[in-house]
Amino acid sequence: MGAGDCVCIIGTNTTACHPVIGLGMMQAKRNGAQLIVIDPREIDLAREADVWLRLRPGTDTPLLSAIAGEIYNAGMVDVESVAASTEGFKEFCEGLAKFDAESVAALSEVAADDIRRAARCIGRARNTAFYYTMGVTQHTTGTNNVLAVSNLALLTGNIGRPKTGVNPLRGQNNVQGSCDMGALPNVLTGYRSVTNDDVRGSFEEAWNVTIPAEKGRTIPEMLNAIEEDKMKGLFVFGENPMRSDPDINHVEHCLHHVEFLVVQDLFLTETAELADVVLPGASFAEKDGTFTSTERRVQRIRAAVSPVGDSKPDWKILAELLERLGRPERYADVKDVFDEMRMLTPTHTGITYERLEAGGIQWPCPDESHAGTPILHVGNCMRGAGKFVPLEHREPAELPDAEYPLTLTTGRVVAHYHTATMTRRCFGLAGTWPEELVEVHPADAAEYGIADGDLIELRSRRGVATGRAWVTRRVPRGLVFMTFHFSESPANILTTSAADPVTGTPQLKVCAVAIRKLTEESTSVESLSIEEHASCHIA
Amino acid sequence: MQHTTTTCPYCGVGCSLSLAVDNDRIVSVSPGPEPSVNKGALCSKGRFGFDFVHHKDRLTTPLIRKDGVLVPASWDEALGLIASKFSEIASLYGADALGGFSSARCSNEENYLFQKLFRAGIGTNNVDHCARL
Repeated sequence: MGAGDCVCIIGTNTTACHPVIGLGMMQAKRNGAQLIVIDPREIDLAREADVWLRLRPGTDTPLLSAIAGEIYNAGMVDVESVAASTEGFKEFCEGLAKFDAESVAALSEVAADDIRRAARCIGRARNTAFYYTMGVTQHTTGTNNVLAVSNLALLTGNIGRPKTGVNPLRGQNNVQGSCDMGALPNVLTGYRSVTNDDVRGSFEEAWNVTIPAEKGRTIPEMLNAIEEDKMKGLFVFGENPMRSDPDINHVEHCLHHVEFLVVQDLFLTETAELADVVLPGASFAEKDGTFTSTERRVQRIRAAVSPVGDSKPDWKILAELLERLGRPERYADVKDVFDEMRMLTPTHTGITYERLEAGGIQWPCPDESHAGTPILHVGNCMRGAGKFVPLEHREPAELPDAEYPLTLTTGRVVAHYHTATMTRRCFGLAGTWPEELVEVHPADAAEYGIADGDLIELRSRRGVATGRAWVTRRVPRGLVFMTFHFSESPANILTTSAADPVTGTPQLKVCAVAIRKLTEESTSVESLSIEEHASCHIA
Repeated sequence: MQHTTTTCPYCGVGCSLSLAVDNDRIVSVSPGPEPSVNKGALCSKGRFGFDFVHHKDRLTTPLIRKDGVLVPASWDEALGLIASKFSEIASLYGADALGGFSSARCSNEENYLFQKLFRAGIGTNNVDHCARL
């Protein structure tokens, strides 16, 4: 991207979490593109931004709607073509009246003039590409926030062309692939509903089984079902919910309560420590297979070294378990698994291991002569007309109050990844960022008598965690920031499991906390301190 | 020294890596050959985040809890126990009394097999993964 284009990033600390894409954004800026950053923290890209909207956490929907309103009111919308290619346009535009710049400025703590500057940038740009991550989705209004981005992209015609689009950056190497492969309770491979008889029928024929016609439980629903004694056995594969999930006390209670827990992982994680059976899996460097990137690009991974000890490639363990459960299939290698999958998955049928030797292929790729699909919605939205959805503002599920006066938001740093079971075991990474640094604004630090580097305690309605304070203006007054990388400073003991009603995504980006300084003698930063019995209710 | 082209295991960008291997150990990582999405660039995790592969904390054998303690076990014993406990739970309480969290860190093939294990091997749609985190 370059002069005349605009990059608008919302709730993504791209240079830390997707650094190589962050690099591309910096390059676009150097080439003359405008950069809009919407984030409460002064992330690295905020310093490069032409417009930085430092919103109060949880006000994404009104802020994006106000930008849309300003663009519309300034006459920067191609009304005729938008009306022709979308539905709900008139109702949407009428609904924008309640998001006027002045009232949204008061709500979001972003100056009305800055809202107008962002609107002018997007309204005048030839192309605007929107990027977002968990800063948009990990709210009780996450679905609305994404729809607000989509509304803005539709309104400004930024869809289905290069340098445009609504682009979620996916946080895990193969979270795209996990979803594509049907590791979800409501869909089989390729996002086809388990409640659809034809879809189920094709898998039932291939697998020679009957698949239940009702969708299964999500992760929070499974945890609740364990607590209600409806679920007795759980298999946790390559995941560490004892650090990555919200409200760890609740998770721990449920994992203790389940009758039989199996964990398959590389290390004895906090979750594996609770298991009845632990299976040693293989790392990416010890096995063959494919990952699918955030842009739907299916790419090969290849075994470079032998598995350690008696550990095995995970696909072999799963294939063996299928066999022990009486299934007839025998896979000679991982390519057999891929071939079975692609024949049952129209979006992947044309992708073969032979073709992947020449580089990754982006699905949909329906047959072996198809080149793959870099851009979706070309010419028209895949669903037909682009759909505008009128939105309302809803405050986060938990706001600061007298007892818990600060807002906590969470995220990552560039040196580490998620619960850091891998990155803290890498010399070069652990050395650059060895411990939690809780970002605290200087005015808040002064109020609580906290100096840079002091050990502090953070307390929420769900638990207590400790960490070292980093007194910095990266956060605005009233906001503190923590990562979830450090086992001894577990941010997720504080977070709430209140979730978006549609997706079940927890509101990890907003919870209310109190902080205080600890003297060095009074504690060492080490174990979980569990304050009170956690309720197992997930909102 | 051998070089193996593969894909980075960290975020969703999908950078191509070239692993330099000597004596069955990764000794360095450099950007993979073209065509690649990273075009010669790598971040700190991509370039320096490989020590964990050979770390002494890696699990090297299955473990089974006996008298409250996790102790080493054979594959046969571990997989046999899982199959018998899962079958027992399914016959006593129904297949929906079982469920699994799949892994956004593992491959497509493994995610396909994991959901197949629950849908075809056990008979429940209780399968999900950490996409929301």
